[in-house]
Amino acid sequence: MPVPMPDINLIALLPEILILLVAMGVLLLTAWSRETTQPLLGLVAMAGVALAGGILLIQTGMTTTTFGGLFVLDPFASAMKLLMLVATLLPLLMSWDYLARHRLDIGEYFVLTLFALLGGMLMASSGDFITLYLGLELMSLSIYVLAAFNRDDPKSNEAGLKYFVLGSMASGLLLYGISLIYGGAGGTGFAAVAQAMGEGGGHAPGIGLRLGVVLVLAGMAFKIAAAPFHMWAPDVYQGAPTSVTAFMAAMPKIAGFAAIYRVLLEPFGPMQSQWGPILQFLAVASLAVGALAAIAQTNIKRMLAYSSIGHVGYALIGLASGTELGFRSVLIYLAIYIFMNLGTFALILVVNNAGVGDEINDYRGLAKKRPLLAFLMAIFMFAMAGIPPLAGFIGKFYVFMAAVKAGMIGLAVTGVLFSAVGAYYYLRVVQRMYFEEAETAFRMEVGLLSRLVIAVSTLAVLYWGLLPGGLIDWAEASIRPLL
Amino acid sequence: MIPVADIVFYLLAAVLVIAALRVVTTRNPVHSALFLVLTFFTAAGLFVLLRAEFLAAILVMVYMGAVAVLFLFVVMMLDVDFAELRRGALSHLPVGLAVGGVILVELIIVALAQHSAGPVTEPAVAVPNTLAIGRVLYTTYLLPFEIASLVLLVAMIGAIVLTLRKRPDVRKQVISHQLARTRDQAVELKKVASGEGA
Repeated sequence: MPVPMPDINLIALLPEILILLVAMGVLLLTAWSRETTQPLLGLVAMAGVALAGGILLIQTGMTTTTFGGLFVLDPFASAMKLLMLVATLLPLLMSWDYLARHRLDIGEYFVLTLFALLGGMLMASSGDFITLYLGLELMSLSIYVLAAFNRDDPKSNEAGLKYFVLGSMASGLLLYGISLIYGGAGGTGFAAVAQAMGEGGGHAPGIGLRLGVVLVLAGMAFKIAAAPFHMWAPDVYQGAPTSVTAFMAAMPKIAGFAAIYRVLLEPFGPMQSQWGPILQFLAVASLAVGALAAIAQTNIKRMLAYSSIGHVGYALIGLASGTELGFRSVLIYLAIYIFMNLGTFALILVVNNAGVGDEINDYRGLAKKRPLLAFLMAIFMFAMAGIPPLAGFIGKFYVFMAAVKAGMIGLAVTGVLFSAVGAYYYLRVVQRMYFEEAETAFRMEVGLLSRLVIAVSTLAVLYWGLLPGGLIDWAEASIRPLL
Repeated sequence: MIPVADIVFYLLAAVLVIAALRVVTTRNPVHSALFLVLTFFTAAGLFVLLRAEFLAAILVMVYMGAVAVLFLFVVMMLDVDFAELRRGALSHLPVGLAVGGVILVELIIVALAQHSAGPVTEPAVAVPNTLAIGRVLYTTYLLPFEIASLVLLVAMIGAIVLTLRKRPDVRKQVISHQLARTRDQAVELKKVASGEGA
């Protein structure tokens, strides 16, 4: 009996295929090259990511599904993948000196980074829970290894192991949820699940399906480090090599949000009354943890971990509102977030090259020795705190506006309050840099690539803070076909 | 008529839950691994009840045959006092016998249930399930199949990156070096005057 093949349109997968080929190529080159030439493989990886970005730009606007609906290419997927490519390219660029200093610049570092990116891209394009789960596993597994990459450092090992054990449990939750949904809906395709969930008219679609929704959301919340599934984040952010922390704080968050978008809008679309309150709870819990726990931190990487939990909380407010404006505001927030965050990490990596530690107190007096660096750091801190006219304000403004328009005034007010609390610990960094005496000389070279990343991030934060029109249009064009 | 399928299902399910609980509650890691074997086997029995013989066979071969044995290896390589372990070898016997006995009983029950009651559940598909899985695995689910292969590749790369170390202080056997040695390099003749050798 002949078995029908599904339609296969490899054009739709071109960026993924390119990233895969570059990853495989770098892997082979790693095996055949000396250790001294391996850092150059980073350039190959970056070129591959940039080329994939070019293909994505050409693909923008294309809408097609392939592999019988397992893989979806639409403007939303393209937009999310573009953000992921940026969130991979910038960390690779800025970690050049750091990797060389810590002797981490071996080929496998770049291979694993590319595989993590590939997993994230597949998540953004998934049209089926199976593709979603496998993309998630590919991304997570690569990042577990990256977190432990500095294997002579016990803290890095601890970070990798913690992330792995807790991440496996989250994957278990997610899989259990998917299997319950499969049991209730009779299929894993998003369209089939949406149909099954819609049958009950939006309410009471069976306990199995409802439990499945909760478990899937819990698994996803773990991946984006939303409270109360955030326990791993501070330790892993602190222990992992700083270049990996920068990558981890950007790319997987975009991928996680892309997956949440897909799941909420397609299969769980008919169950908004079910997931709305869950997301509201996650948002408020993340805001509280992000703002309150960060105050007590003395390590800047730990502080940024809590800060990223808080940022996830703001983004979740937009999702919880469940309106078109809300979904658009999250995309705007994420685009701004990666530039604020990566700019900050680029500066941390630069300061780290001077042999300075990761404690907030190590930044004392930076303004007196390196005024420009301190000024730029202050810009990013103000942006994260959401102070106008920087881009961070625009992101928060749209999220709160979406919540207010959806009638969730309480949620918006909570967000504003925690935003004020959060400003305290961002400004504390500024206070240390400007109003205390320097203990070290901060003698370091700022590499060309790091300068490039810092310049791009600063420009993005300043430009979008003043003229966000282009960003808003882009977000709207990306999100509309999905609704 | 006695609902054979239901009785067998609840029996297997009860054993499965108890064995899974014992995996995490027992103190001895070796016992823990043995209960894990029992858990896998009972789950395989449930698959047979569902007429998914292929999955059952895979579960037995991969999880019991490979994964559980690997666990046992790891458990034994961990910081376990070997003298203690050997001294208590007889104390493992009851647990081992119990696990083996339960597996044997389950085998008989499942076999009897199939013979006495015919198909205990309706077959999920008309074709043999190995064929059914094969058909969709390389067609409908081609993309996930390929991604799964990448997940395995990353696992392999990760394991190598995190554990392979070049250690300069270790003397490796290089056979070509050994073969290339000449008599002059390897043998040194010393004249020792008679009576002065130590």
